[in-house]
Parts: sequence; C-alpha cells; structure tokens
Amino acid sequence: MAKPIKTLVNGLYNLRDWVDSRFPLMKIWNEHLAQYYCPKNFNFWYFFGSLALLVLVIQILTGIWLTMNYKPSAEEAFASVEYIMRDVNWGWLIRYMHSTGASAFFIVIYLHMFRALLYGSYKKPRELLWLSGMAIYLLLMGEAFFGYLLPWGQMSYWGAQVIISLFGALPIIGDDLSLWIRGDFVVSDVTLNRFFSLHVIAFPLLILGLVGFHILALHEVGSNNPDGVEIKQNKNAEGIPLDGIPFHPYYTVKDIVGAIVFLIFFFAVVFFIPEMKVPGTQGLFLESANFIQANSLQTPEHIAPVWYFTPFYAILRAVPSQLGGVIAMGLSVNLFLLLPWLDRSAVKSIRYRGRNYRIALSLFVISFLFLGWLGLQVVTPFYTWMARFFSVIYFSFFFLMPFYTASDKDKTVPDRVTT
Amino acid sequence: MDASATNESKLMHMDVDLSDQQSLQRGAKIFVNYCLSCHSAAYMRYNRMGEDLEISDDILKENLMFGTDKVGDVMNISMRHEDSINYFGVVPPDLSVIARSRGPDWLYTYFQTFYVDDSRPFGVNNLVYKDVAMPHVLWELQGTQRLVHLEETGSVYYNPNYKNSLDLVTTGKQTEKEYDRTVRDLVNYLVYIGEPIKLKRTKIGIWVMFYLFIFLVVAYMLKKDYWQDIH
Repeated sequence: MAKPIKTLVNGLYNLRDWVDSRFPLMKIWNEHLAQYYCPKNFNFWYFFGSLALLVLVIQILTGIWLTMNYKPSAEEAFASVEYIMRDVNWGWLIRYMHSTGASAFFIVIYLHMFRALLYGSYKKPRELLWLSGMAIYLLLMGEAFFGYLLPWGQMSYWGAQVIISLFGALPIIGDDLSLWIRGDFVVSDVTLNRFFSLHVIAFPLLILGLVGFHILALHEVGSNNPDGVEIKQNKNAEGIPLDGIPFHPYYTVKDIVGAIVFLIFFFAVVFFIPEMKVPGTQGLFLESANFIQANSLQTPEHIAPVWYFTPFYAILRAVPSQLGGVIAMGLSVNLFLLLPWLDRSAVKSIRYRGRNYRIALSLFVISFLFLGWLGLQVVTPFYTWMARFFSVIYFSFFFLMPFYTASDKDKTVPDRVTT
Repeated sequence: MDASATNESKLMHMDVDLSDQQSLQRGAKIFVNYCLSCHSAAYMRYNRMGEDLEISDDILKENLMFGTDKVGDVMNISMRHEDSINYFGVVPPDLSVIARSRGPDWLYTYFQTFYVDDSRPFGVNNLVYKDVAMPHVLWELQGTQRLVHLEETGSVYYNPNYKNSLDLVTTGKQTEKEYDRTVRDLVNYLVYIGEPIKLKRTKIGIWVMFYLFIFLVVAYMLKKDYWQDIH
C-alpha cells in the first residue's frame, strides 16, 4: 500500500479503537453482525425483515423533507401538498416516494408476517418476538391512519370520520372516547393538528423503539429458518452452529440484492404509476377522491379505506350490528397475538406439517385476499354474504387451530437444515 | 359526486396525449378564455406553464394573462366567493387537480353532453353531471344539443351511447370534428395542470430503471462471489 493510504487506514483503525474503548462498538458489531450466526438456508421469505427496515428509513427520510413544507391546518394542508408537488424542488418525488412507501410498507409487512405463519417463527422461544412484531403492526396501522388524514382530501376526511365513529360504537365510553380522539365534536382542524403530531413524532418514536426491541429479541434466541430446525442444537468445537453463517458479510451482501429488486418495483411505481389506478378502482395508492379538498358538507358516494385495511373493513361490514362489527374487526386483527398458544403442533415449518395445517393456511390466505377485495367494493347483498362466508373461514383458522394442529399427522423434522 | 358516481365504463373514452405540445398550448388558450373567468387554478403558475409548454413570458403576458402581469403568479381569479354563490348557487370549484379527481374520460364526456333544458337557471343540463350549475360556456363553439332519448338508470342520467341521445339543434362556430379536437385539447391541458411533472417523470424513471438494473447485476455477482463456499 502507498504510504498516505497506509497512514489513513491506520488512522481509521485508531479512531475505531478510540471509540471502542469508550463505547461498545466492536461488541455490538460482533454480537449483531459479524458474529451473529444465522441459518444458511434463508430463502425468498427472509428478505422482508430487512426490506421492512429499508421502507421504514425511506418513510422517515421522505417524511422529514415533506414536513419542511407541509402545513398541518385545515386551511392550508391541501394547498401545501400541491405546493410540494409543483413548487418544491423534487417535491413531487419525495411525495410519491412517501405515498408509495406507505403501501410498500404494508405489502412487505404482510409478506414478513406470512413467513412466520409458513415456518412457525412465532413458536417457542420466539413468542415475545412475535408479540413485539404484532405491536409494531398495530402501531403501523395507527401511523398509516393518522398519516392519511394529513392531505386533507375528501377520502382523508370522511375515512377518518367513519373510523373514529367506530370507536363511538363502544358502550359507555364510546362518545367520550371519540371526542377525546378527535379533540372536537367532528373531525376538524383540531383533529388534523393532533394527528400530525402523532404521525410525525409520537408513533415513529414508538415504532423505532419497538423495532429495536424486536431485533434484540430476535438476536437473543436466534433466527428460525425454512426447515424450522434450531441450528443452535448442533454446534462445532468453537461453539458456532454447524448450519450457521455470520450475518455479515453473507446476509448483508444478499440483502443488498433483495433491496435493489425491491427498489426496482418501488421506483417503477413512483415514476410510472404512482396512483396505482387498477381497472375497477379509483387508485389504490392515491385515491381520485382525495384530489378534492375535504368538505364536511358533502359525503363522497363511496367511502373506503386504503387497500391495506380492507380485509378488516370487510369483516366489519359483514356483521349486521355496528358494535358487533367493531368487535369482530378488533378480533380479526388481534387474534394473531394468540398464535403461539393456539398452535398445538410441535413442528414449526410447513415443510414438515401435516395436511390439516396446510389446508387451513391455504384457506386463510384465500379468505384474506377475498376479504381484501370485498372491502374495496360497494356493499351489495351478494357481497355481504360473500364477506360473511370468508369471515367464517378467517376466524376458523384461529378458533379451530388448537384442534386441527393437535390432531395433525406431522412428518419427522430433520436435525440439520436442508435447502 | 366523485368519479365513481358515474359508471366509468359508460363514459366516452379519450386517449390523453401530453407529448402533443401544440394541443396543450391550444388547451391553455381555451382554458384561459373560457374557464378562468369563473374557475381558478390556484396551484398552477403561469411561468411553470410557460416553461413546460415552451411559451415565452411575453406571449404569456399578451395572450394568456388577464388578471395579473407577474408571470410567477398563480392562476387565481378575481370573482369573490359571495358573488359566485349569488350567480351560481355554488362556488365554481378550483380546477388545478380536477383531472386527477374526475379523470379525463369524465371531463371529455362532460364537455360533449350539455343539452338544452328550460327548467334549469342557465337553460342547460348535462348527461354526466345532472343539474349542474354551470352554463355551457363552449356553446358558441359546439352549438346547442337537444335530448332525444334518455335511459334513466339508477340515480344518474346516462346513456351507453351518448351520441344517440343528443341531437344538434343549432350549429356552432366549429364542426363536430373541430369541437371534438377543442375538447381534447382542453382535457389534455387539464390533465397537464393536474400534475405538471407528468411530462417529465416517465423519462426520469427510465434512467432510474437503467441504473438499478445495472446495479442489480453487479450486486448479484458480488453476492455469488461471497456465497460460493456456502452449501
């Protein structure tokens, strides 16, 4: 090496050591990256954790720059978004990245959660990992809900009005609760301002904290894998799992590839189809109706939530009573929390599970997708019966799980990972 | 009232072409002469239009700007809201993003389907927007139409074949074909002002895709190299 480069490199090592004697830099580097051993058989389903982190960073960075020009008042909000789209340099790009990022976040998270259902990643000893992930999911739903009010369009306003009124359906506390959430008797400037605070700082802080917890909880027990084999049970003389490879450099370099594939899809949407106007819809990512400024005196003909809430919205509408619908909807989201204890099978991965679970999971996925589609449609008697039918399947996945998993004829799980 | 109110498959279809700069320029002229007296486009700046449609500041000021002489101004109007409500019963909506909420097909059909209706304050009604408060500002170009045959379906008046339900009663300054082009120009323009960056973002996106695909190849080769010993 040439002398100046050698001096620079030595200087950097010295800097590292200076920090390391004052802060556990190398300890963290080793424990969580260079000497954190992951199963070597991670597949496609294992990209979505790092992708979720990527989308979180994208949302925070684009959110910071949007907040520099967005005005959180009923008077100015809609106009400020158009100002960002037209007059702020590259404002349109930041806006589209943020709106696309919101939908991308939910696609990534649903696939991330699905991995857990495929490979039993919620089972012992990863129950707390699963619960913290569910907490992040609930916060994410809140974050998206608060964020959607901010453009102050017709769908923003009326969507918020509908969802907050659901809280009003709760007995005894309902009216006071809605009043407390809104800060006013109807969705108004007051509501917009507080939703801005919740969206920009309160929920992001909570989410970041929980993501840290989530990763620490993961690293404490070690990652699961597509075979559901615990790699820590087979270690070599140095105490390193035989089927383990260090996260860095193997998964850092692999996740970069995953990230680029994701960004190709992401930026294709941002630059070519930011509204995601699929035929039969008014725009899945940016709704047409939201290009009309919020008007409290004019209700849109069709109020629907954004696509990532529609499965639960379909369940809400399927139940004839408002309170019943609210309870069913709440249950449909929160039943996931019980999965580690509903599942009575000793086998983690679907690769070695019996027929019962495979069928149950397939039916669950089909019902989730159909309910999602139904939640976007205008209510008709036929669609209501469809929603009821699929809601029954959806809930059966959870309620019948203790029975069909206990009686399932599982296969033998290997000692070592396969592919 | 939003775009889903009318059955979209029943609307007349128009292919938007934002690459036709002359169409956009003609549309700008139509918009400024016929619409801007009552409707603002409060998020659209004159000089942005000038830059995107290659119209010089001088031509902007001479031909397209009436209420102001600062090219950096937005397309506001001077009619007050109280007066609007007096004249029309409603404030004519701002048109900056009307193409993003209604959609080009709706707008295209809207401008083609005004017809004479003596029961209305301005003597006209419209097939996609029942009992609209707007007069048919383009009547002198299109002429006036008469309702011949109407199928009432649901709560919205529409007919699958609009041309059959309306007859031209008096001719205007333009032939049917010329008027059709006028409407297309106007709708193209409205789509443009709804999202000015649309002219450019696709081209930028193609470069971004190039970069990402090349980066993908390189990153994948790096991954393969690191992983060759792992089985």
